[in-house]
Amino acid sequence: MTTNSEYLKIEKKQKRNDSIRTTLTYVLLTLWALIVLFPFYWMLLTSIKSYSAYNGEYIPQFFTASPTMENYKEAFTAVPLARYFSNTIIFTLSTTAIMLAVIVLAAFAFARLKFAGRDMTFGMFLSLMMIPNELVIITNFVTITNWGMRNTFWGLILPSVTSIFYIYLLKENFEQVPDELYKAAKVDGTSDFKYLWKVMIPICSPTIVTITILKIIECWNSYVWPRLITDKQEYFLVSNGIQTIRESGFGRENIPAMMAAVVVISIPLIVLFLIFHKKIMEGVSRGGTKG
Amino acid sequence: MKVVLQNLTKIYPSRDKGPDVTAVNDFTFEIPDGKLIGLLGPSGCGKSTTLNLISGLETPTSGKIFFGDDDVTNLPPENRGIGLVFQSYALYPHMTVLQNIMFPLENFKGKDRLSKEEMKEKAMEAARLVQIEPYLERKPAQMSGGQQQRVAIARALVKRPRVLLLDEPLSNLDARLRLQTREEIRRIQRETGITTVFVTHDQEEAMSISDQIVVMKAGVVQQIDNPQDVYDHPVNLFVASFLGTPPINVFDGEVRDHMLYIGEDAVMKVDLEDRKVIVGIRPEGFILDENGPLCCSLTGVQVMGRDTSVVSSHPASRNPTVCSIISAENKVTGDTVRFRLKPFKTILFADDTEQALDYSVLE
Amino acid sequence: MEKQSLKGWIYLLPALAFLAVFMIYPLFDVLVYSVEEGYNSASQTSFGIGLYNYAYVLHDPYFIQALKNTFILVIITVPLSTGIALLIAVGLNSITKLKELFQTIFFLPYVTNTLAVGLVFMILFKKTAYSDGLVNLLIQSFGGTSVDFIDGPYWAKMFVLCFYTVWVVLPFKILILTSALASVNPDYYKAAKVDGATKWRIFTRITLPMIAPMLFYLIITGFIGAFKAYSDAVALFGTDLNAAGMNTIVGYVYDMLYGTGGGYPSYASAAALILFAIVLTITCINLLISRKSTAV
Repeated sequence: MTTNSEYLKIEKKQKRNDSIRTTLTYVLLTLWALIVLFPFYWMLLTSIKSYSAYNGEYIPQFFTASPTMENYKEAFTAVPLARYFSNTIIFTLSTTAIMLAVIVLAAFAFARLKFAGRDMTFGMFLSLMMIPNELVIITNFVTITNWGMRNTFWGLILPSVTSIFYIYLLKENFEQVPDELYKAAKVDGTSDFKYLWKVMIPICSPTIVTITILKIIECWNSYVWPRLITDKQEYFLVSNGIQTIRESGFGRENIPAMMAAVVVISIPLIVLFLIFHKKIMEGVSRGGTKG
Repeated sequence: MKVVLQNLTKIYPSRDKGPDVTAVNDFTFEIPDGKLIGLLGPSGCGKSTTLNLISGLETPTSGKIFFGDDDVTNLPPENRGIGLVFQSYALYPHMTVLQNIMFPLENFKGKDRLSKEEMKEKAMEAARLVQIEPYLERKPAQMSGGQQQRVAIARALVKRPRVLLLDEPLSNLDARLRLQTREEIRRIQRETGITTVFVTHDQEEAMSISDQIVVMKAGVVQQIDNPQDVYDHPVNLFVASFLGTPPINVFDGEVRDHMLYIGEDAVMKVDLEDRKVIVGIRPEGFILDENGPLCCSLTGVQVMGRDTSVVSSHPASRNPTVCSIISAENKVTGDTVRFRLKPFKTILFADDTEQALDYSVLE
Repeated sequence: MEKQSLKGWIYLLPALAFLAVFMIYPLFDVLVYSVEEGYNSASQTSFGIGLYNYAYVLHDPYFIQALKNTFILVIITVPLSTGIALLIAVGLNSITKLKELFQTIFFLPYVTNTLAVGLVFMILFKKTAYSDGLVNLLIQSFGGTSVDFIDGPYWAKMFVLCFYTVWVVLPFKILILTSALASVNPDYYKAAKVDGATKWRIFTRITLPMIAPMLFYLIITGFIGAFKAYSDAVALFGTDLNAAGMNTIVGYVYDMLYGTGGGYPSYASAAALILFAIVLTITCINLLISRKSTAV
């Protein structure tokens, strides 16, 4: 028989263990949060230190008493940062827009239309999903070069306007729209295209928005293909731009100005993320589950 | 607009090398103009396929469909002038009620094209008919099932269809709403006079709403008649069993010397030759009579207010219990209970084909 | 029926066209390149067909270095990142306060430009004329001696690369594991608690088996991703990875294709196919193991 006082002892021990565990958990999570956030803090901080102040600090200061916007001015004037920026916007928006059109049509064909060879084609699409980009990029580089599309937007855009994975994701979503809606629309004489436009797309808009955001992130950060296909600064995207800044940059190793550039090119996605963080995380985890 | 189905057959090619599936087999029927027809049968009997054939969502393997004098067999659904209402309502979730109702009108092309005002006016008219005007700006998800179903009906009616098709329209509603909506559909159908086909697996629903009932089983039409006649004069055991709650009581019986025996009980004289028969007795076909010929052992009595349900058993019964409904004034006690039978409620079937046998009672 | 078929193909046409040109054709083409000996990209001629390109690549010290780097990177970062992600996900799942804030913060690296943030890592770890860099100062304050992580010894460079790689890949893993953990039916935990199972026992006997499919998925994709490492290295060590001795297989492919040492699509193709073979083998082994351990 356990007495009352023993119960109390067990209870006390339990409570102590729990609070130790909780504290440890928070310490661990906070530690990792600091590791994640610190580089962001550091780039912001460095970008507002003056060149001389930065280089004068043997032990880097965690705060700065005299913030300056000088580095941002330098970043936009000494290197064509604005150009990189606008190139990336053009590239990102057009790639995403064209890709959406392509994948929506394909997903609709797979999900809704009945035609000979459909399932076989879909199977082929799925098996192509295994092919790594590295394998095909060599030929694509040669193809785009042969087409004379190096240092053009088309050369940048064309190879990345299809995504089998997104077609797959969207097809799954389209298939969840009840059959009856299609029948109802058919009876009313709605054309397939109008049905897609007026019914399917609005109903599946959450998935489409998710895909759009993920594609924008992908485009904004793309580095390898733009690096291969552009060697003129006029067509550099931000990733290539930042690499150029790092290597030949401001004529001297101007780290504060470099950080200013880093901040500038990081901001759009971080803002996008702060607005849509729920959607983005949900989309990524769903994409992951289904990948 | 009368609708004529001529030798309508739909065969689905097999998947996985099984046998082909005949969903509808040689269906011939003429639906008179302005009538409401109930297509009744258990699930998988081909009633929904029939509806899809009439709507044009599927094309028949053979046979023809006429709307009036027009052969519409190979016409796509949008050119047939039909309205279709689904069990799941199939409302577009992202559109308001008004947008949903207007949607069919937006597809009119050429000279039929309507202006926004005309569309809205027609939609309002349809909304008025089904009494949902207060909800026009709502989204379907913000409405009850009954209201959604009304919207679906309004959407089907807005383009003034020649034929209205309802596919299990009440199945997703709860019992009370089902009754109410049933009346509503009847009223709307009467008011508009549109030829209507109503698919259901609920016999009570079909009986109460239809001008005529078509009973189907495994793709084959069993009987076409008005509701009361289908109930009183079923053509076979399947139809008799499918209609009626509680269901008809089924016994093995025999005719010997013009006397009908249920087990060893000689229940009535009939003008049939000697043969084995199946005896179907509606629950209301029993009359409590202490000298009655049919002797059952009493299992229990369920008081239902107006009526009393007597549950008993009989050795010749095909079911473990025999259910009879009698007036509540009667008192039932003891171990056995004896019944006389109403000839009108006693239906005889051939024991082999299960087809109803024509007979009269000899006094 | 015919018309319906045509319509389907028309809707599919854009996707098919792009895939044919940029995926299916290149797939065959890369095989052809990889066996064309002495291919000259200027004159587009070759001497003949053979396996010389593979032999060349496999004997190229740069490729051996890249292979070694990539393998070390994979072996360190995949288990490490999966383990840390699991630890963090379990932690996240056990708290309610601030959970969403932590989740959002942890996901932040996913949306940042690898090249850009890599620069920040570089300045944190780099020794310059002016300063030893923040990390080295930290090491010194604990009594260690400072190292140049960017231009210094091999192990130091490898450490930064691994550290940065983990930092970059962790958000995805944490996210997937957190949602996998959250989807375990809490009734199992309740039942186990009633039965007096300890936390550790619950974790190993219930939680782990339940999220095993997701873990394996992460390990497989983790392997594939780590074998393709490239831009992290570029961000830290610059585009001339061969000089830094920090090249990866993918980096080798691109260097062969383009840049100062480029112009050899045949060698690039051979290297890419070798990479593909490695990844395929590892993935198959992974799948086999996961089959065995999840099918009880």
